[in-house]
Amino acid sequence: MKRLFPILSILTAVLLAYALYEALVVAPTDAQQGDVYRIIYYHVPSAWTAFLLFFINFIASIQYLASAKPSTKTAAKWIVIAIGVVGVIACFLPQVQHLLPKGMRPSAVATTVLAIPAFYFLIGKFFPGERLDMLALTSAEVGVVFCTIVLVTGPIWARPVWGIWWAPGDIRLTSTLVLWLIYVSYLVLRRFSNSAQTQMLAAALAVFGALDVPLVYFSIWFFRTQHPQPVIGGGGSMDPRMLQVLLISWMAFLCFAFLVCWSRFRLEVLRREIEEAHAMESLVGTGEAPSKASLPLSRSSR
Amino acid sequence: MNSLWAVTLATMVKDIRLEWRSKDALNSMLFFSLLVVVIFMFSFDPLAEESRHIVGGLVWVGFLFASVTALNQTWARELRNQVLDAYRVSPAPDNALFLAKALGNFIFVSVLEALMTPLFVIFYNVQVLGPAWQLLPIAILGTWALVVNGTFFAAMSLRTRSREIMLPLLLFPISIPAVVSMVAGTTAILTGEESAHFYIVLLLTYDVVFTTACLALFGMILHAE
Repeated sequence: MKRLFPILSILTAVLLAYALYEALVVAPTDAQQGDVYRIIYYHVPSAWTAFLLFFINFIASIQYLASAKPSTKTAAKWIVIAIGVVGVIACFLPQVQHLLPKGMRPSAVATTVLAIPAFYFLIGKFFPGERLDMLALTSAEVGVVFCTIVLVTGPIWARPVWGIWWAPGDIRLTSTLVLWLIYVSYLVLRRFSNSAQTQMLAAALAVFGALDVPLVYFSIWFFRTQHPQPVIGGGGSMDPRMLQVLLISWMAFLCFAFLVCWSRFRLEVLRREIEEAHAMESLVGTGEAPSKASLPLSRSSR
Repeated sequence: MNSLWAVTLATMVKDIRLEWRSKDALNSMLFFSLLVVVIFMFSFDPLAEESRHIVGGLVWVGFLFASVTALNQTWARELRNQVLDAYRVSPAPDNALFLAKALGNFIFVSVLEALMTPLFVIFYNVQVLGPAWQLLPIAILGTWALVVNGTFFAAMSLRTRSREIMLPLLLFPISIPAVVSMVAGTTAILTGEESAHFYIVLLLTYDVVFTTACLALFGMILHAE
């Protein structure tokens, strides 16, 4: 595992450089917008990455809450399976297909629904116990960073193309902004809370935030959107060469996000180990001042 | 089920009696929202036609800020003499405590709204052009939307440092869809330009979703140690 980190770092750096080259040089210029449009190669991959990280945060938080008691853990497992099965079947029923936004393919929705049980069981397998909470914290922090990139690059693009920095009431812009606000408040709660109960409170807030997102979306349903249609699974259309560059760029961003999450996760593991060591030392009460050498400062020192 | 309602009722009556004797929450809320009304009046000074478009936003923003002052005091009372710890070890159902607090806050905020709405009408010279009775469901559902999450997050922020400032930081982002529907629904009724049905249904959905979530998670928050 330890050797994998530098290899992955180099790979990510190469991939990011290649994506930048593709985005600036290889990708064709847009007929209407000119070169301004090239910012989507940073904007859209950041958005996808941020949403993916928030989704991981939600799943990890739910699982953390559910694992408090064995009975809720079993119940949550079956509920997640039921959501997967019912959701996939429902997507292909003609009655439900009316409700989908125009241009959205049922297969795309079904894949998204299937991701819920898939992520739930994968995360549960690889992140047991306290690690679920660490994963939730890591994904929220890195997700907020990527969401900030989305909210900054959006107006930079909108100013020359729409003539305004921000379209108030736009459904996509507003729901992304509210999502960002919710997760910033999540991080504020984690910063301000006392250590023992933080995990439970934060997990509850994450569930509230996830419940809020669809309501935010519906509350501004009547406002029109100026935002371009989604590229994948939606009604938007795109030159295949542009799409290829976009996917390369997303791969680079995913690798980058994974790398950042990994080091943040390791940092969190170490921080808690140090905290535990401090607590143990004060419990044992050796009488000596806590010496730094006795603490496991890094994995490699062991 | 019986014990749930009995404990809820007992706790709520106790809270209302305490509030009746001290009038802490109600007085601070009333004066606070009066200040908001006056400051907004100086900042905007609208014509009758304009005021119809903005007064929905002003009313609800005023009530939102005022209710935070009351919500902050909800649990502070229980911390003195370790009442909350005593409640935690007692066999009373957790949700009874939550329901009692939420219903109590609902009553306080409703009283505030009943007293402050005439002032808004006078100061801003509001005339309703749409079906006025629909303001009632919006007010009831909107108040419950603010109060149910506010009570929950107030319980949550008890466990944090500087808890007075934590409550709005947690409550406002989650309340955005409720506030949007309250404001848009009220404006729709005042101007009579569109139907407010969509917003009433949305508020109802919000209330059902978050009341369920609060009741499901309150036990964990109360016992988080």
